[in-house]
Amino acid sequence: MVTDTLGLVMKAFIVIGAVMTMAGYAVLLERKVAARVQGRPGPNRTQIPILGSIPVIGTFLTRLGVFQPAADGLKFLFKEDPLPGHVNKFYYVLAPMVAFIPAMLTMTVLPFGAVTDPVTGATSPIVLADLDIGILFILAVSSLGVYGIILGGWSSNSKYPFLGGVRASAQMISYEIALGLSILPVFLWFGGTLNLFNVVEGQSQVWTALVQPVSALIFLIALFAETNRLPFDMPESETDLVAGYNTEYGAFKFGLFFVGEYTHIIIGSGVFVVLFLGGWTLPFITLPAGMVGAVLSVLIFLAKVFCIVFFFMWVRWTLPRFRYDQVMNLGWNKLLPLAIGNLVFYAIVIAVIEQLN
Amino acid sequence: MAVKEVSIGDIGSRAAQADEEFGGDKMLINMGPSHPATHGVLRLKVELDGETVTKCDPVVGYLHRGDEKIAENMTYNQFVPYTDRLDYIGPIHNNVTFALAVERLANLEVPPRCQAIRVLCCELARLQSHLLGCGVYGMDTGALTVFMYTFTQREKLYTLMEQLTGARFTTSYTRIGGLMRDVPDGWLGNVRKVIDEMEPVIDEIDKLLSRNRIFYDRTVGVGVISKEDAVAYGLTGPNLRASGVALDLRKDKPYLGYGQYDFDVPIGTTGDSYDRWLVRLEEMRQSIGIIRQAIDKMPDGPFYAEDAKKIFAPPKSKILTSMEELIQNFMIVTEGPQMPVGEVYFEAENPKGALGFYIVSKGGGVPYRMKIRSPSFCNLSILSKMVPGHMVADIPVILGSLDFVLGECDR
Repeated sequence: MVTDTLGLVMKAFIVIGAVMTMAGYAVLLERKVAARVQGRPGPNRTQIPILGSIPVIGTFLTRLGVFQPAADGLKFLFKEDPLPGHVNKFYYVLAPMVAFIPAMLTMTVLPFGAVTDPVTGATSPIVLADLDIGILFILAVSSLGVYGIILGGWSSNSKYPFLGGVRASAQMISYEIALGLSILPVFLWFGGTLNLFNVVEGQSQVWTALVQPVSALIFLIALFAETNRLPFDMPESETDLVAGYNTEYGAFKFGLFFVGEYTHIIIGSGVFVVLFLGGWTLPFITLPAGMVGAVLSVLIFLAKVFCIVFFFMWVRWTLPRFRYDQVMNLGWNKLLPLAIGNLVFYAIVIAVIEQLN
Repeated sequence: MAVKEVSIGDIGSRAAQADEEFGGDKMLINMGPSHPATHGVLRLKVELDGETVTKCDPVVGYLHRGDEKIAENMTYNQFVPYTDRLDYIGPIHNNVTFALAVERLANLEVPPRCQAIRVLCCELARLQSHLLGCGVYGMDTGALTVFMYTFTQREKLYTLMEQLTGARFTTSYTRIGGLMRDVPDGWLGNVRKVIDEMEPVIDEIDKLLSRNRIFYDRTVGVGVISKEDAVAYGLTGPNLRASGVALDLRKDKPYLGYGQYDFDVPIGTTGDSYDRWLVRLEEMRQSIGIIRQAIDKMPDGPFYAEDAKKIFAPPKSKILTSMEELIQNFMIVTEGPQMPVGEVYFEAENPKGALGFYIVSKGGGVPYRMKIRSPSFCNLSILSKMVPGHMVADIPVILGSLDFVLGECDR
């Protein structure tokens, strides 16, 4: 019992460490992608004394910017952490945590690989907590993240953050509906299971994105809105609201918001991969049993997540930003009816298929 | 059967009353003088009803340096560096406009080669200004990459300016009656190379944004300036032309021999932010055309007015060998270019609009009074009429589409 708990705690720390590192490197990736899109080299100067001075590899790593996330993180840590006099101190300090914790929590139920027992041939997911209602947990917890932004905007007691917070709450609540409706057909398709592992196993031959392209599209758009990424970055929209809800934040508290945002993107991409892109499976390929297969499955999953994260960044550095009312219009007048129509259509299709069988 | 009339009263007045009762307070926010959207130190006092702007009050003057008063204390040539700091996005055009104004006061015509070089400078400045204007406009709508693309090209123009004048930013290239020096060897070839590289980039940003649905939604119908308003508020330059008024001083009152160049004046139809974007893009293409013609037709001859002995100081090589020219140089440097008594108003088509210099001279080398008519100042005056009714997020778009520069507005 004790060793079980200890093992789970260890696993949790490993996963959290991995996700934090990935968030840090997502920031680096963002800067490198931005640089590539804009014809710049991107971060290529940061060095770590010993590692950076190894003749060929050190130079290569420096050019690649792999030490940059460490420098960024240290900067966030060592900067003076100001507490403005006009803020509501309790909520002001609480907000970054509220934004950060849900983003990390969703990771617990997201399966990111599968291990096949060589003896029995039974497959089980690599996940911290294999919940039967995994997707409900993810939806419920990830939508708590909006409170961090609202609190941040509200407790700052300042006008630009306030506007950012108001925008964020309206936007995220609106898009949550489309997001929720867009994934219902997926679970209907897999016989009503809400377990993410079953959904992935059901896609071993054909990905849901091919069966239900409209669901995937709606989910992806809503995901952009949920993670406040351009073209939906209303709460931040730096040209009119300076920096939106985090205008009054600095140092480590800003860092938490920042890392929380990237964690959100990574987890969101993970959910998208699980739901629509077949998770850790590849069509027509059966992974070997045992440890090798498990590692391969995790790598496949990470590769797919990387592609989606890259897509997020590609879009950010290409498109202009929507206006607030256009975002709401798109959410309520376009995506919501489309999501409902999509749901009804697949409900009928599934009912017909079941009748025929 | 008795009929009973049922009434719920006057709904209209009750609704109005409820509106008043529950109507929230208006929020007053300051955009600027330090704000990412305001391109410099413009301050907007904006009153908001929710996200809608109900009142917008621009406050200018944070960059006021008193250039007009400064001009009274120095010779005409000494004022040229101050003109760099007017529209610092395309500084060389201000040099040219100022020189032209003073030359008109002296009734002096510069030789054709000098004119052609100045035309080249003006159009390069227009490219500089519009490249930044379009890039920043893209950035204001959220498309950050366009800015990088245009700025890469602008950087090449800076290098050209460095080759021509020795300075990248503060060019101070013109002198009254001529130029600082002739174009260096091979420079015209460099210009041709740069504009050849620039043309595809202009097409690229055109393709990136002009037909982009989000950009289109953000700009079409936003910040509409009617023809009448544009004229009434004294708008000039691309902002006026986007409203459908075909006023271009290069065509209407040709100076520098602009009459001999073949170019079109693009005008808009509705006067919204989208039209202003398109007009600027097309103006860049026309400028490139003018530059090509100017290079092809570049005449030989002196680059300064040789007969204006009391206005243009002769080249150094002559000063050090001839007594007469040494005295001439000494007089011009100490007393300034000698101007007749009189007053003049001259305006030229700067990248941002009509930049005008009104100069009163009581003779001698120092102006008695100078007034600068800055296009940015006039273009900004329409903000308080234009912005109310739009949303907060439209303000950066409108500001970006007006493409002003505060150095010139506040002078």
